[in-house]
Amino acid sequence: MNTSAARRVLPGFPLALGYTLVYLSLIVLVPLSAVFLKSATQGWESFWAAISTPRVVASYQLTYGVSLLAAAINAVFGLIFAWVLVRYTFPGKRIVDALVDLPFALPTAVAGIALTAIYAGNGWLGQWLQPLGIKVAFTPLGILVALIFIGLPFVVRTVQPVLEDLSTELEEAAASLGADRWQTFYRVVLPPVLPALLTGFALAFARAVGEYGSVIFIAGNVPMVSEITPLLIITKLEQFDYPGATAIAAVMLVTSFILLFLINGLQAWANRSHGGG
Amino acid sequence: MGAAVATHWTVHSRRFEASAATREPAWVRGILIAIALAFFALFLLLPLVTVFAEALRKGWGVYFAALVDPDARSAIFLTLLVAAIAVPLNLVFGVSAAWAIAKFNFRGKQLLTTLIDLPFSVSPVVAGLIFVLLFGAQGWFGPWLIEHDVKIIFAVPGLVLATVFVTFPFVARELIPLMEAQGQEEEEAAIVLGASGWQTFWRVTLPNIKWGLLYGVILCNARAMGEFGAVSVVSGHIRGRTNTMPLYVEILYNEYNFAAAFAVASLLALLALLTLVVKSLVEWRGRQELSAGQES
Repeated sequence: MNTSAARRVLPGFPLALGYTLVYLSLIVLVPLSAVFLKSATQGWESFWAAISTPRVVASYQLTYGVSLLAAAINAVFGLIFAWVLVRYTFPGKRIVDALVDLPFALPTAVAGIALTAIYAGNGWLGQWLQPLGIKVAFTPLGILVALIFIGLPFVVRTVQPVLEDLSTELEEAAASLGADRWQTFYRVVLPPVLPALLTGFALAFARAVGEYGSVIFIAGNVPMVSEITPLLIITKLEQFDYPGATAIAAVMLVTSFILLFLINGLQAWANRSHGGG
Repeated sequence: MGAAVATHWTVHSRRFEASAATREPAWVRGILIAIALAFFALFLLLPLVTVFAEALRKGWGVYFAALVDPDARSAIFLTLLVAAIAVPLNLVFGVSAAWAIAKFNFRGKQLLTTLIDLPFSVSPVVAGLIFVLLFGAQGWFGPWLIEHDVKIIFAVPGLVLATVFVTFPFVARELIPLMEAQGQEEEEAAIVLGASGWQTFWRVTLPNIKWGLLYGVILCNARAMGEFGAVSVVSGHIRGRTNTMPLYVEILYNEYNFAAAFAVASLLALLALLTLVVKSLVEWRGRQELSAGQES
């Protein structure tokens, strides 16, 4: 303690750390703890009853299932996207690269009504898909489309810098040793990219699970079919069922925390293998 | 500037086209580019174009009428007001957190960094709910607030709190890695030479972090103005009083007033495009200064 204090030449540490801790506590920690304290006061029986009704369980299955599928689709196409942006040249590449961040910048409600307009029965794509028997808007498929939109930049932006820093010397060595391009990709390129890819997948999944704005317009919100868990919290609040809303929120928060730790671990792994390679 | 941008990209891509051994056959490249562009057009470009096409479907007259409507104007004003309070709060926090975490060593630093990121992994709906639990009529401070006639939930303070929560990490998480990478030698030199703490910050640290700072502020602002789920929970949807632009879009849309909904949405889409343009410029300037710094 003494040695570190002696080495501390720069001023402002107590003020900066103190302000950071107070602000963090007031805005984030105390409000979040309200969910758990409120859940604890209502007793286990009613808590369990609130989080385990068939309608709530159906919403978990939908929310987590579709989020997982969307994150997996984003992992595949996000990797292709990042690869194309890093390795190839084509006209308009700079604009495409800049617009990858659109889902970060576009308000979710705007994305929601735009996607609904596209995929509704009379929409630009919906009118062609409907005769084929494919209903997108107001079904779980619509939720999938919205969650793919929301999650894409997470995968692209975590994988892209790793691909950029990847030295091509190893690939050249693999090629000169007789590996074909696919073997080189699979054995030489993919392993160092994998931690970043998994991080992007987990980030996209975590975001998709909590997503509300872009989903509710296109989902149709039919109980047991296309009703996501965040919407269920709002429904309970509107019925003044505060304990019910809080209990479901506690379940969502616990999964958020687990995902956050998982993502932190993945990021540490990504930094290690990235830095080492 | 256009030429400079082009140069950047040619330099960039030459690295990978130097050797035929590290290139895919032309048909593979073609297919991969086609897949990426199709995905891009379907999931990114089409929604963006749709917003403007739907907004102008009934002509410019209807478009402008929707924007000058008193409810629309009060929603625009409220959105600007909330962002004008939330962004500076998180800016000051971000700088202070980055100063403590990047320039000093202390126990629990890793935990603190994780906790700062926490709001990103919380659902916006839960973010709104926590403030209802604290300040709502049935919340912890509810009775006290009613007694003293202070309104937080279903009023502007609630909107600000929810927005501050969801945009909490933006500035801090841009600055922490940047300031960690820059180390503390320059600041220590300034202090040893007799500069005060504030002088050191304004003259040494701030010029070094200005692009990262701007980048964080832009992203923070975009999210603050566009937030929907969290403010939806705390707003109470009182027309002309507690409706921000995204909430107003929802109301118009649910009333089947699609042209007006998309007209207001198009303003938010323009804001998003502006954010992306400024972000690209900032990234480009930041990279230029970085490479200029490395060369000198």
